[in-house]
Amino acid sequence: MPGSTGRMGVILDMYQESDIKQMVRDILRDVLSEQVSAQKQKPGKSVSAAPRDEGFVPDITAESTKEQFFVPAPADRDGYLRMKEFTPARIGVWRAGPRYNTFSMLRFRADHATAQDAVFTDVPEEVLKQHNFLCGQSMCSSRDEFITRPDLGRRLNDETRALFKKELPQNAKVLLMTGDGLSSAAVSANAADVIPSIKQGLKQQGIEIGTIPFVKYCRVGAMDEVGPLTGAEVVCLLIGERPGLVTAESMSAYMAYKPNPDKPEAWRTVVSNINRGGTPPAEAGAHIAGILKKILDAKVSGVDLNL
Amino acid sequence: MLKLKTVLFGKTYEFKTVKELMGKANEEKTGDTLAGIGAESAQERIAAKVVLADALVSDIRNSPAVPYEEDEVTRVIQDDTNEKIYDEFKNFTMAELREYILSEKTVGSDIARLSRGLTSEVISGVTKLMSNLDLIYGASKIQVTAHCNTTIGSKGVFAVRLQPNHPTDDPDGILASLMEGLAYGCGDAVIGLNPVDDSLASVTRILEMFHSFKEKWAIPTQCCVLAHVTTQIQAVRNGAPSDLIFQSIAGSEKGNEAFGMSGATLQEAVDVMKTMGCSVGPNVMYFETGQGSELSSDAHHGADQLTMEARCYGFAKRFKPYLVNTVVGFIGPEYLYDSKQVIRAGLEDHFMGKLTGISMGCDACYTNHMKADQNDIENLSALLVTAGCNYVMGIPHGDDVMLNYQCTGYHEAQTLRTLFGKRAIPEFDTWMIKTGIITPDGVPTDRFGDASIFLK
Repeated sequence: MPGSTGRMGVILDMYQESDIKQMVRDILRDVLSEQVSAQKQKPGKSVSAAPRDEGFVPDITAESTKEQFFVPAPADRDGYLRMKEFTPARIGVWRAGPRYNTFSMLRFRADHATAQDAVFTDVPEEVLKQHNFLCGQSMCSSRDEFITRPDLGRRLNDETRALFKKELPQNAKVLLMTGDGLSSAAVSANAADVIPSIKQGLKQQGIEIGTIPFVKYCRVGAMDEVGPLTGAEVVCLLIGERPGLVTAESMSAYMAYKPNPDKPEAWRTVVSNINRGGTPPAEAGAHIAGILKKILDAKVSGVDLNL
Repeated sequence: MLKLKTVLFGKTYEFKTVKELMGKANEEKTGDTLAGIGAESAQERIAAKVVLADALVSDIRNSPAVPYEEDEVTRVIQDDTNEKIYDEFKNFTMAELREYILSEKTVGSDIARLSRGLTSEVISGVTKLMSNLDLIYGASKIQVTAHCNTTIGSKGVFAVRLQPNHPTDDPDGILASLMEGLAYGCGDAVIGLNPVDDSLASVTRILEMFHSFKEKWAIPTQCCVLAHVTTQIQAVRNGAPSDLIFQSIAGSEKGNEAFGMSGATLQEAVDVMKTMGCSVGPNVMYFETGQGSELSSDAHHGADQLTMEARCYGFAKRFKPYLVNTVVGFIGPEYLYDSKQVIRAGLEDHFMGKLTGISMGCDACYTNHMKADQNDIENLSALLVTAGCNYVMGIPHGDDVMLNYQCTGYHEAQTLRTLFGKRAIPEFDTWMIKTGIITPDGVPTDRFGDASIFLK
């Protein structure tokens, strides 16, 4: 890769000159994240980065952009590295003439590709099976229609209405549902941790969660239809957020007391930014269970709920 | 007498109202389809353009998107129209108006004069008859300058807003992005932050930080924190150092209500800046717009998104803004589907702004659920410079870590200036030379792109 041949050298320099504490912190973090990824092995997903030695072009996504620094001869290297600690913005990227360096340009494109794939692909079958989701669909018939017709994404198709009415628990205290929303990757990445944690939290309050429905091409408003359909007291929807370049796996939980299409958006309570880099899914699950209990007790949600 | 019917290849097309005609004459936009007012076939779209081309300027002016009695924006636009100039053009067909703008006999000052006699609906109408290259060529004739601390929009100048956003408004993080942007020659249009925290205390703190950095390095530019207008008014009243007051605006009174303000609020901002602002002026306002925002707040009154956007500019003009930019790809694919629609909309908005007579820029951008990528936005930015666009955005590597969208990056500023023989705003350009990041010929030095030169 012309233009990025100096990359490893630059990173080594950076480590030589930066604080030892930083190195220790980095190692600890790597060990911890390896432990986490070892626990989270999922089929069809490569977990560890490719080995850096023979036969492999180094994985350009292995490090956070925060740790990458490319200015060859800065006026104040230490100061620049400190600046980078204050922001996730892509600074210290240097240039090829007036343009971007090859490495940073490709890294940007890699992050954008991940975000686009999260929006434009479906949640894999095996993930849906793994959780025994009861699968339905909104009134959208394609991903294209889904992104251009938010109104249709808020309504269930007839088959799904019939299926949910027949198969879902009626008059449950809490109905937990999932939807792809704008990130299928959010469901794949977080459901396995967030759902057991919510169930566990609710179980302590004596509340059981039954079958969990999944809605394909789902917008948040779909929960307003599932509410009246099942007579659930509280509905909680776990749905993929619109991806950014920092993470494409972020999930939100929307909760509402007796939701229906006439309720304003302000009737919903939201926990957002659920992902490994934000609020970790297991921790978020516990938090969500706590809020659900409060909603049940107060019989209100959204702006009317004092948390 | 306005005719609303035509025959195309033997098939009859009839439009019930001017509003319906205007919707169907638009280039294809998902937002118009979502609103149920777009053309139902490619042929119907052209039929509508044919009928529109034959309509008189007066036909279009006399059918505002929202009635005069009901809507403040309509009243501002209609009341500010120069009746004498309007009378000269009212019997032009829309086709003739298009050709008048494009004629080599019509120079920039002619268009500047014409502009005072056109309402936003007429500007939207003629835009529907323009191809992309028409929009670029037409806009390139029109020069609009404005002065805050420096003059934007002069010939040969291409400016950039430096947007140092941060996910938690961390002052050191904002400063880091600010220094990086300056090292790439960005920030001559404005140093402007989109805050996460809209509170008076936080907005004031950031304004003070910007101001002292600007003073320390003697940077000839203007600073602004893009909080809600009422927060900024309060901050300036309390003595916070702001050069510009910002607000998002819409093309209808209802849309502005959704933004929590009205013309009176904006006038109050102008008045406060006159007595308490720290910039030279006289242009002390900064507005942002974007096709589809009225539909998203159900404030479009059944009108198409191009017309509602044109009305934003007509409304903006009342307050003599220093900067107005469309945030053209931010709203999402349900309004602008893909790169084709975003590029078209960017060129339309820029042309309409210039034809309205305001200092026009563009946030050429896209979200991750839109079928567009960085290549498309680079295309649009190059087209905009050829069209004479006053400024675009500059953010670190095109990735906004707070708003979670992508737009033009810091690197685009120098690239576009080099490609098209442009320079930064003169005082800022001189400052860049003094700081040692470019040579007097405008060529980047080894310091260009090194933010740590500001760590002193």
